[in-house]
Amino acid sequence: MSIAALAFYLFAICVIAGGLFTVISRNPVHSVLWLILAFLSSAGLFVLLGAEFVAMLLIIVYVGAVAVLFLFVVMMLDVDFAELKAGMAQYLPVALLIGVILLMQLGMAVGVWQVSDMAEAQRAAVTPEGVENTAALGHLIYDQYFLLFQLAGLILLVAMIGAIVLTLRHRKDIKRQNVLEQMWRDPAKAMDLKDVKPGQGL
Amino acid sequence: MIEFFTTTNLGIFLLIVGQVLLIVVPLLVALAFLLYGDRKIWAAVQMRRGPNVVGTFGLLQSFADFVKYAVKEIVYPAGADKVVFLMAPMVSLVMALVAWAVIPFNDGWVLSDINVAILYVFAVSSLEVYGVIMGGWASNSKYPFLGSLRSAAQMISYEVSIGLIIIGVIISTGSMNFGDIVNAQKGDYGLLNWYWLPHFPMMFLFLISAMAETNRPPFDLPEAESELVAGYQVEYSSTPFLLFMIGEYVAIVLMCALTSLLFLGGWLSPIPGLPDGILWMFAKILFVFFIFSMVKAITPRYRYDQLMRIGWKVFLPMSLVWVVIVAFLAKFEAFGGAYARWAIGG
Repeated sequence: MSIAALAFYLFAICVIAGGLFTVISRNPVHSVLWLILAFLSSAGLFVLLGAEFVAMLLIIVYVGAVAVLFLFVVMMLDVDFAELKAGMAQYLPVALLIGVILLMQLGMAVGVWQVSDMAEAQRAAVTPEGVENTAALGHLIYDQYFLLFQLAGLILLVAMIGAIVLTLRHRKDIKRQNVLEQMWRDPAKAMDLKDVKPGQGL
Repeated sequence: MIEFFTTTNLGIFLLIVGQVLLIVVPLLVALAFLLYGDRKIWAAVQMRRGPNVVGTFGLLQSFADFVKYAVKEIVYPAGADKVVFLMAPMVSLVMALVAWAVIPFNDGWVLSDINVAILYVFAVSSLEVYGVIMGGWASNSKYPFLGSLRSAAQMISYEVSIGLIIIGVIISTGSMNFGDIVNAQKGDYGLLNWYWLPHFPMMFLFLISAMAETNRPPFDLPEAESELVAGYQVEYSSTPFLLFMIGEYVAIVLMCALTSLLFLGGWLSPIPGLPDGILWMFAKILFVFFIFSMVKAITPRYRYDQLMRIGWKVFLPMSLVWVVIVAFLAKFEAFGGAYARWAIGG
């Protein structure tokens, strides 16, 4: 077995184990840590596919930023999971129903899936000869799919502004630090030096 | 014999292990002396003697510290999550070490010459935050938890500006490979060809962000002794603490190496006539480390809200504007192509 195959099986097992333990861990923080393992291993799979740029982005965005936020939320929120789980039995029938429907849909979708004759050839030639993975992606995104890319960015911007507008609350009744004012303070005005004679006081 | 190391699986594996040891062992030994140097510089600025007892001039102080940490007892806080508690220092050391896989020391002297080397270093350094968060959470104690929250927020904030500064360099080079980046800084004028000149303001932003990212003073708020008694490390003793320590310093030296590769021309010689070589790389790393030490010695600690403000409201807009400016300067090959090294064949 070549080293690449060995690495593939290692990463694949890690992804599946990470996903599984994300679901079944009792401690939510452990869940997030397992999720991170799954992310990292899938980044490894991307590297094996020759898509190193996507792999690095996956790590930077999902592990470096998104999972940290998850971890923050899970650590800070005082979620009582025993209480949440108590209601499980009540919702189980609905959950099962939805699960079965989703499974049927997936089955139907995969059932009619036909692999194109071109698929194999395209997979083998992901990037043109002599062009780096990153450069190829750049050409594709900024030349061919420029509008779609910009629109996706715009949607994210709108979402971000929406989140800020929803949560920003400017309270007037608290004291704030005004850094500029602090920096421009004049030491001569802030201090008053007095020449105190011994034994007399002020 | 050569065939065994280049064709068989076991041979390749052994070869890679050998190369890894060739980087890690000298790095850790050098680190011991860098730690000593850091303390000596700090002491000299404060007109103290610093470590001077163990060995000649106290040179063996770091090794004595190492033995001291290694033989102590590991204390687990009550209610600590033992697995995560022990994993945290390992994560922080391993993440600091694996980044060295793509750092070249001389032309072609690199363990793994990948196309996305900068992104790799960036990705790995964004994982370092997990050591801190896990350590703080698993300690099951208030001070570590507060310290880790502070630290995580700080590290993430400064990663954003580091990323944008790096993008400026990538645009100028047209590649994300360290070898290409250093070779793009080659020219007839020695040190005037390096990126510190065209990217002048960004070099300082990068240095400051690197200090904040690695929790160095004056941004050492995660471990602010007087408020948080060493933050996320409070509950750590013995070897786990040592691992945190080494991880932190390896990350600092990594940032020094990054600065010298990105802005100071790596292994290129500053004076046109002199030969390039690995010694220049070491000299530059030491020079940047000296700056780090001096900054630690002469600046007071930042207030936390000031730290966040300068990260998000000053550095982020500045580096973002710089990326746009560099993009235009590179596109139109301004200043004789100083910003578009790929275009002038540098």
